[in-house]
Amino acid sequence: MEFFVVQFLTGLASASSLFLAASGLSIIFGVTRILNFAHGAFYMLGAYLAVTLTGQWSGPLGFWGAILVAALAVAVFGVITEILLLRRIYHVPELFQLLGTFGLTLILQDVVVLIWGPEDLIGPRAPGLEGAVEILGQSVPTYDLFLIVCGPVVLAALWLLFHRTRWGVLVRAATQDRDMVAALGVNQKWLFTSVFALGVFLAGLGGALQLPRDSANHMMDLSIIVEVFVVVVIGGLGSVPGAFLAAVIVSELNAFGILVLPKISIVIVFLVMAAVLVVRPWGLLGRQEGAPRQAPGATIHPWRPLRPPQQIAVAGMLVLAACLPFFAGNYALNVATEILIFVLFAQSLQLMMTVGGLVSFGHAAYFGLGAYGVALAARSLDLPMMPAVFAGPLLALLGAFVFGWFTVRLVGVYFAMLTLAFAQIVWSIAFQWVEVTGGDNGILGVWPASAVGGATRFYWLTFVVAVAGVICLRILTFSPFGYALRAVRDSQLRAEAIGIDRLRVQWTAFMIAGTFAGTAGALFAYLKGSVFPDYLAIPYSVDALVMVLLGGIETVSGAVVGAVVYKALAIWLVSQTEFSKLILGAVIVGLVVLAPEGIVGYLSKLARRIKWPLASKRDPERPAGSSEKIMRPDKEKESAVGFALKPSPAGAGSGGVEAGSQENSPPRMTKAEP
Amino acid sequence: MKLTVSNLEARYGQAQILFDVSFAVAEGQALALLGRNGAGKSTTLRSIVGLVADRTGAINFQGEDIARLPTHEIGRRGLGWVPEDRRIFTELTVTENLEVGRQPPRPGAPTWTPEKLFELFPNLAEMRQRLGGRISGGEQQMLTIARTLMGNPSLVLLDEPSEGLAPKIVEQMAAAILAMKREGLALVISEQNLRFARLISDRAVIIEMGRIRYAGTMAELEANPEIRDAYLAV
Repeated sequence: MEFFVVQFLTGLASASSLFLAASGLSIIFGVTRILNFAHGAFYMLGAYLAVTLTGQWSGPLGFWGAILVAALAVAVFGVITEILLLRRIYHVPELFQLLGTFGLTLILQDVVVLIWGPEDLIGPRAPGLEGAVEILGQSVPTYDLFLIVCGPVVLAALWLLFHRTRWGVLVRAATQDRDMVAALGVNQKWLFTSVFALGVFLAGLGGALQLPRDSANHMMDLSIIVEVFVVVVIGGLGSVPGAFLAAVIVSELNAFGILVLPKISIVIVFLVMAAVLVVRPWGLLGRQEGAPRQAPGATIHPWRPLRPPQQIAVAGMLVLAACLPFFAGNYALNVATEILIFVLFAQSLQLMMTVGGLVSFGHAAYFGLGAYGVALAARSLDLPMMPAVFAGPLLALLGAFVFGWFTVRLVGVYFAMLTLAFAQIVWSIAFQWVEVTGGDNGILGVWPASAVGGATRFYWLTFVVAVAGVICLRILTFSPFGYALRAVRDSQLRAEAIGIDRLRVQWTAFMIAGTFAGTAGALFAYLKGSVFPDYLAIPYSVDALVMVLLGGIETVSGAVVGAVVYKALAIWLVSQTEFSKLILGAVIVGLVVLAPEGIVGYLSKLARRIKWPLASKRDPERPAGSSEKIMRPDKEKESAVGFALKPSPAGAGSGGVEAGSQENSPPRMTKAEP
Repeated sequence: MKLTVSNLEARYGQAQILFDVSFAVAEGQALALLGRNGAGKSTTLRSIVGLVADRTGAINFQGEDIARLPTHEIGRRGLGWVPEDRRIFTELTVTENLEVGRQPPRPGAPTWTPEKLFELFPNLAEMRQRLGGRISGGEQQMLTIARTLMGNPSLVLLDEPSEGLAPKIVEQMAAAILAMKREGLALVISEQNLRFARLISDRAVIIEMGRIRYAGTMAELEANPEIRDAYLAV
């Protein structure tokens, strides 16, 4: 009994710094609608700065001063980030903001290693709180008790700030309706900056306060950001008390899960998140979100299948790609094969994201399931490649069948987080079920049949499968099924009113995307000859996401280009420099700022502008004035047609933020599934 | 002139909504912007406060061109806007809703305090601590106007203030708006309801298909049933 009490207290202590980081993320999201992926990096920065500063300054004043200064320094850095980066991208679709802050995270990871080195750094103990207190015969670190008090104190302080100050009232008002707040004479620019500063300060403080308990290391940003996302989603986005409640729940689950069920300790919070989201799709204390400000994929330039000149160009490139083995060595062929696999993987995600508007943060689950399906069939069942290779897509389809049923019931960020949760669940099964999957050691010796063995033959096999897969996915996009999928993406209510079964259409898309991802994973298993739990993990999901965004979220097959560019760049950078993440991050940030429509989106915009023959010339064909008839200026149509969904030119007349968002903020009319 | 709008054009994407819209409001005057649903009334008002990104034309407010200013700068110059769909902050109390709109007193414009506004809208006085989402539609409409008045504006754009209100509340609304006018506020009121508009307005402009079709005094319009029937009759 005593032991449980102590364990409970340990959990509460962990909850505090988790709550600090999570409340910061929640506040930032509530007002700016930016899902700040770099929040974990700011947390990490707070910890590292605290290490340095506590090393410089001694004594109790020095320690607490260092903690505070570290958090403030992180806040200043956050303000600079907001002014230099985020202000430029408030008008672009939400996902690009996520991508931009992801790029920032990559940069900071390498910067931290550059400054502080790759080793874990241990901070000093808090002066005056070094000892332990006897509670029920067990000793509890005094610092833990201090942290336990910290959480509720910060919660109370935040409550007072938001309810008893004018700034807080303005922030809460802006959370609901930014344009109205602007019309009442409030400069949102500085409101956003101050909110961002507060949120980042809390992250930095959380990181710094954690120091006496844990070391600072350059991987902590990713582990904390995942936990913070989970907390914020369980608690409900934008709800600070929700974040507190969820931080306590998650920390206690961690504290007790490890005692009760050590095997599933890693996955238990994700299981809880999945359970919460299935029962309460907007988190414990969250409220139903309005429609996303800018639906991904909605475009005023309707897609078309490739026209003959474009087809010829693509065919030419394909012939070139097919001839690669005649002039490339084995290493180059292996790289090219890997890129082709990711082309298929990324394109399968694009079907979901762009055509379906379903942004998955856990697409690697199906990629990894494909790999494991093959590996298990080949190694455990000793099947030859021919039947075994089909086990991959089949297992992925099965996974998508089960998980898809749950996830398509949610929307937006919550959908993304539930897909992430399922991916983490699959990952931890692969990681923990050592008897079957080999756990961390993976499954080795998965080699292709001799008929397709060797770099050249396997390249050709992959080439054929990837090209066929991409063509299939394109055909689907322009099929009646694709139209139905786009219809539910653009206007769920209207689509349902004309008889489209939203859940079934999206579920089907989920399964199709999962199957193609599984196909890519199956090829990947044979390429590498081995399968590891990593294939299911977050970095692979993020890679796919970045490829789609890089290529262009508003394009049909931008992912193909995105995958080639991203993968080639990543592989090349790793071979050239130690700081590949720094450069990759800088490239991503630069791209988000300069060409938020992605590479393919940017090129086709350029082509439209100069009327390049390969571009789809549309404007001359449209009868003059026809658009006026379609787009009558009554409010309802305004929001549904979605012509304001293209990122508006930055700062057009009114500073970007105000400019783009009003025409498409119809939260009142778009009702999501309860 | 308090507000002069010249050659205003506005678009949403490919669709042009306003064509060469021009009108002016004098100091302390009330102008009715009349027209059917979808004629472009709301877009005109939203363009003036800078909420339509794609617009051209000149908007002169108190001798200054505000057409290129961001929305909050327009609000800070004393040009208030009351949207038709109310847009109350539903999670904030009535008092907090007023707080969001608060701006310092402005020379040449009437100064409002919460107490003075509760006199103007007695219904609101009893619900100071009630959440904005928990009051009736009529009370929300009053709160929207009161919230804008907290900025001590010298001109207020009212977008269909009588829409969807019970007849009794419409009367109260008309009385409140007349009281605002007596304080010296210039008003632009977009309306479909001619009876309501004529209670308040001195001049009228009729807009149809995004173009101005008529401009004159309210009295002339009343004497001219053909115009009324052509552009306003349902």
